[in-house]
Amino acid sequence: MSDHIVSAYSDELDKLSSDIMRMGGIVETMITDSCRALSANDSVLAKEVIARDPQVDAIESDVEKQIVSLIARRQPMGHDLRMILSALKISNELERIGDLSKNIAKRALRLDDHVSMEMRNAILRMSRPVARQLNEVLDAYASGNAVLAKNVWSSDDDIDQHYNAVFREMITYLIEDPRRITAGAHMLFIAKNLERIGDHCTNVAEFVYYQAVGEYLSVMDRPKLDQV
Amino acid sequence: MDSDHTPQAAGSVLAPAADAPPAAAPRIDCRDIKVFYGATQAIHGVSMSFPDRAVTALIGPSGCGKSTFLRCLNRMNDTIENCRVEGQILMDGQDINDHSIDPVLLRSRVGMVFQKPNPFPKSIYDNIAYGPRIHGIATSREDLDAIVEKSLRRAGLWEEVKDRLQAPGTSLSGGQQQRLCIARAIAVRPEVILMDEPCSALDPVATARIEELIDELRKRYCIVIVTHSMQQAARVSQRTAFFHLGNLVEMGETEQIFTNPREKRTEDYITGRFG
Repeated sequence: MSDHIVSAYSDELDKLSSDIMRMGGIVETMITDSCRALSANDSVLAKEVIARDPQVDAIESDVEKQIVSLIARRQPMGHDLRMILSALKISNELERIGDLSKNIAKRALRLDDHVSMEMRNAILRMSRPVARQLNEVLDAYASGNAVLAKNVWSSDDDIDQHYNAVFREMITYLIEDPRRITAGAHMLFIAKNLERIGDHCTNVAEFVYYQAVGEYLSVMDRPKLDQV
Repeated sequence: MDSDHTPQAAGSVLAPAADAPPAAAPRIDCRDIKVFYGATQAIHGVSMSFPDRAVTALIGPSGCGKSTFLRCLNRMNDTIENCRVEGQILMDGQDINDHSIDPVLLRSRVGMVFQKPNPFPKSIYDNIAYGPRIHGIATSREDLDAIVEKSLRRAGLWEEVKDRLQAPGTSLSGGQQQRLCIARAIAVRPEVILMDEPCSALDPVATARIEELIDELRKRYCIVIVTHSMQQAARVSQRTAFFHLGNLVEMGETEQIFTNPREKRTEDYITGRFG
């Protein structure tokens, strides 16, 4: 899209979208690193993930200030208006993803030896499509690609399937050995967190689509395989 | 966990706004309007209609033809020496350019408010009473008094001037003068009110008063407003038409035009990207 006559307005919008991308980049590493920390029992990495969360919160609050200022001073219209509203919503979704990843890292620190390698690897496997979802939706955001956003939006059922499988696997472990219950409960919450992150990616995809096209994706059209 | 899976954003909250403009029959229907100033063509075949009891805003850069087009609707272009209008403008099924139509009568049915308030150099009372008198709408003094009061009330000016109706119209403030001109236009019981940049000479408070008045008048009249302020178009109108280089580029519900225009030229203009 061509530049505004008022170049400072273009600069402000560029800054806003680059902040969203920066925020997205940080939370993407938080997802993968929290799950890597979990699978490798790496407490240093888990603590690093936890330490990244305040950065994400700080960007979110700064993004919000930028948006209030843009609305008050520029009276955005058309694509600019949609871009600004989407940024507000997307930054909120990304902040939630950061929180959930931080929570995974915190739980990773509290797991004990009763958590088998298989259980840890099941989570690591589930984290990959989740991180991929976020990666793709951020690509869609960066390029304003509505088709890509819609693909992300309609492929959330992959993650739901993973979640269903992990859920069943965990229950089996717990039945086998009741000493695993505390750790198992943490692991179930971790799996649930990943599933929620997938949902947040879906929400981001909706806003990317709205920003690009100006229409809303209808929840009725989305495939849904969650059975738990 | 079913409910957990529902994305928070896509449900009923995102349903389209319910206050879509009324689907009233068009009060004015324009077909393939072309306007020429001598050899220069200013409007290139514009077809559009204006619904009753709704405000339609015409926006576009200077020289895009929006004012020229507005002036077609009450034959104000007749007064310009070398101006020629082609096409049909139907009001209640009748072409307003037909030879049988008296332009003076037409202008009482299609009132107009201009950029600069232009009260007659007469008293406030006579500014309003002049039209009804010459059009024979009022015969007795009582009728005339009633029309003056009603028009001033509808224009939201009565309380401010009722004690000084004999003061000259030009003694009022700019915003009051503009409301006086609106009162003058509605005194002759028009069906349509045309407004050409009615607030561009007014301060924000006076502008807000006029906008409030437009919203009130919309319940009775078909209103067409030309404005340079997109925010004003967004605030007061139900439908918006974007003109560029003498063409109607896009027309739609105001909300759609300002959130999701279909045409790139409209998008560029409303977001401030015009070169």
